Amino acid sequence: MELVFKIAGIGIITAVLHSILKQFGKEELAHLTTLAGVAVCLLMVIQLLANLFEMVRTIFQLH
Amino acid sequence: MEILQIVGLGLIAAILIIIVKQQRPELVIQLSIAAGVIIFILILEKISGVFSVIEELTRRADINRLYLSTILKIIGTAYIGEFGAQICRDAGESAVAAKIELAAKILVIILAMPIIVALLESIIRLIP
Repeated sequence: MELVFKIAGIGIITAVLHSILKQFGKEELAHLTTLAGVAVCLLMVIQLLANLFEMVRTIFQLH
Repeated sequence: MEILQIVGLGLIAAILIIIVKQQRPELVIQLSIAAGVIIFILILEKISGVFSVIEELTRRADINRLYLSTILKIIGTAYIGEFGAQICRDAGESAVAAKIELAAKILVIILAMPIIVALLESIIRLIP
């Protein structure tokens, strides 16, 4: 449950950072922050997905 | 009242997705994956209870354990394939989704092969 809020918060924070850095004229830094946000979210989501796959494998007896 | 929890989670996820979508469309897909996985993890414990009852019934009816485990494997494969295909379709990649579905169907056929062979063998035994 917290993960959904975390990802939404990262999205909002990166949006704000993107607009601030754009105002300062640092386009490449703005894109890097976006990339960092996506990477952090991907790490969390992939851990959750691995958890789900492991649970499905144990319950449905997939080996 | 698990359903209230699940519906609340879904609604909150939908609202957050709409908020985030305007600025950062690339994070929307991860939000929807997270919401889907959390809902399924919530429901998986119930499914395992149902399966343990079915397993007990199979044991009592003295049915070969192979059939039940094959059915469970097929359901699991189909579910995982459907999950991935729906996420890909949400992201606008219907071609990848179609390939995932094809792969899931082929894997299901491979899992069902022993049962098909057993059925054919019993039919052949019936024919004089």
